[in-house]
Amino acid sequence: MRKLLLVAFLVAACGKSKDSGPVNKDNGSGSQPASDTPKTGSVDLTGAGATFPAPLYAKWIAEYAKATPGVAINYQSIGSGGGIKQITEKTVDFGASDAPMKDEELAKAPGTLVHFPTTLGAVVLAYNLPDVKDQLKLTPDIVAGIFLGDIKTWNDKKIADANPGVKLPGDAISVAYRSDGSGTTAVFTSYLSAISPAWKDKVGAGKSVSFPVGSGGKGNEGVAGLIKTTPGTIGYVEIAYAKQTNQPYALLANKAGKFVAPSADSISAAAAGVTMPDDFRVSIVNAEGDGAYPIASFTYLLVYQDMDDPVKGKAVAQFIWWALHDGQKFCAPLDYAPVPDAVIKREEAKLRSLTAKGQPLLPAS
Amino acid sequence: MKRPDAHDTEVAIRRRSSLDVNLGDRTFRLVTAAFAAGAVVILASIVVQLFQGAWPSIARFGAGFLTSSDWDPVHDKYGAVPFLYGTVMSSLVALMITVPIAFGVAIFLSELAPPWIRGPLGFMVELLAAIPSVVYGLWGIFVLAPFMRSDVDPILRTLFGWTGFFSGPTNGHDMLTGAVILSIMILPTIASISRDVLRAAPPTLREGALALGATRWEAVRTAVLPYVRSGLVGAVLLGLGRALGETMAITMVIGNSDRAHQSLFQGAQTMASKIANEYAEASNDLHLAALTEIGLLLLAVTLLFNLAARILVWKMRGPVGQRPV
Repeated sequence: MRKLLLVAFLVAACGKSKDSGPVNKDNGSGSQPASDTPKTGSVDLTGAGATFPAPLYAKWIAEYAKATPGVAINYQSIGSGGGIKQITEKTVDFGASDAPMKDEELAKAPGTLVHFPTTLGAVVLAYNLPDVKDQLKLTPDIVAGIFLGDIKTWNDKKIADANPGVKLPGDAISVAYRSDGSGTTAVFTSYLSAISPAWKDKVGAGKSVSFPVGSGGKGNEGVAGLIKTTPGTIGYVEIAYAKQTNQPYALLANKAGKFVAPSADSISAAAAGVTMPDDFRVSIVNAEGDGAYPIASFTYLLVYQDMDDPVKGKAVAQFIWWALHDGQKFCAPLDYAPVPDAVIKREEAKLRSLTAKGQPLLPAS
Repeated sequence: MKRPDAHDTEVAIRRRSSLDVNLGDRTFRLVTAAFAAGAVVILASIVVQLFQGAWPSIARFGAGFLTSSDWDPVHDKYGAVPFLYGTVMSSLVALMITVPIAFGVAIFLSELAPPWIRGPLGFMVELLAAIPSVVYGLWGIFVLAPFMRSDVDPILRTLFGWTGFFSGPTNGHDMLTGAVILSIMILPTIASISRDVLRAAPPTLREGALALGATRWEAVRTAVLPYVRSGLVGAVLLGLGRALGETMAITMVIGNSDRAHQSLFQGAQTMASKIANEYAEASNDLHLAALTEIGLLLLAVTLLFNLAARILVWKMRGPVGQRPV
């Protein structure tokens, strides 16, 4: 009986996502797969990891708890590194990371870890130029020049050329970066490495890098503080943070040479512009496509392909399924971008392949 | 029931066998010794743990860790020089700012202030110690750093730019602002301990000096200060200890640059802020080990300063009759 219900739900969910995309408005009630979790009692799940998607995950967990009594999820945003560490040590039921795990990290895990992209974020270049009213336009060349310390003043010819008609001040450019290790820095520096051979050579990409110029602020709020209090400063922050604090941010020229504003659409467009490998570990910076915003990334949930506990395993799989369908509608209001449908389809297949002690957690299709 | 009096107590004590006496004392001694040993065990286990955690980095870089200025997690190159410099420099500058002010506050409170002002003023100075570190940090970002940038730094640049310590442009998030935040945070520690030390000096010293015709200032300088010298040094060192280890507030304003600069207008990084910044998201095991080694170094620097302080206090001990407080 339980199985039948579950199959019915999955069929319904798949059918609907074909028509209306990942967001299914009306399967949030009644036919939830998790509503038939074992009657033996409630399931407690713990997860830990990335801070960047934490507000969205908190929303998901609250909504999921309403829709699915009996499953309580505790997510701790301790940072991607901590998330990887804890899932590797199996002290949590699922991990979360902004950057996909490296091969050597995967090799350390006692089982096969699977990545599930859950949402998309972007990094924007926020600035403080009180006298410039138009939204600044920046090319990859300019961004690399500023962060390498080659472009030193705001009225530099390169910036002026990209912004015809804008009166730029002659002030020195002061650069602000994240001093704490963060996925935001990893995304931004992998973008710089992708567009600038000089950056790749001298600095490279990572969660903590040795920035050639500027001062560091701790956390998004630290960088935002540097930008806000110092005219002439430019720095990188997560899009949600820039939007919520009303900080002006730049339009960026993408790979196709078009100036694009960061938005849910342009970020999802970046995700659609890459070839997705089977393990979902992919960088989408500097993506192809006219409408693609160039500094974007997926964020991931990490679970074992074969889990130890069938009850918990099933609850985790059902939660991820819910997050990828019903959950996606909560992305945009919180300034995250939904995962493109084509990727969701492939994640569905991957979810169905999850097992616990060799037994599948979700019905085949 | 009558209340026990001295006689009853005496009877009770006499009635106990000698075994009881020894047992009680022995237990008491064992329990307190265990507590005392606990402190030693904790310190020792911290050192061992840090050493183990730092071992990959110690084995890889050896003494080079203490002489290299590179900190580049992408290319796995680690050196501690900028952070050693940042910690020591920021703490020393903070002391230079705080010590005269703290001693002034202490002398005023203990020697000169009318009694009705002593309580409230002393209380307010101590209240500074109750403000959480992160609140200092936020205040630093939004109030102190812009103020330093627009009002204090230009004056220092004009007056002392030639020294090389106050040159170059700044956005207010720099070594100097970090040191100023530290100086405010350690002020209550140094001021209130100094005040207590001064108050503990026998009144006869002051009275004697005043009776000989000394002014208030002369009485403090010639009679009181020499007597409490080592106590004051102790107060300064407690403040220094707090400055060396302070993390949150200084991380938020020091500019977090991984390079050592002569100018105080440049961003810097202390050992504590480096750990706070990168520990949670260390990119690999060697990075983690290097950060742990920074922690070990911070412990070593703190111990060194404490040791130096002990020696200083010991050397300062005056002649018999002037026992330090």
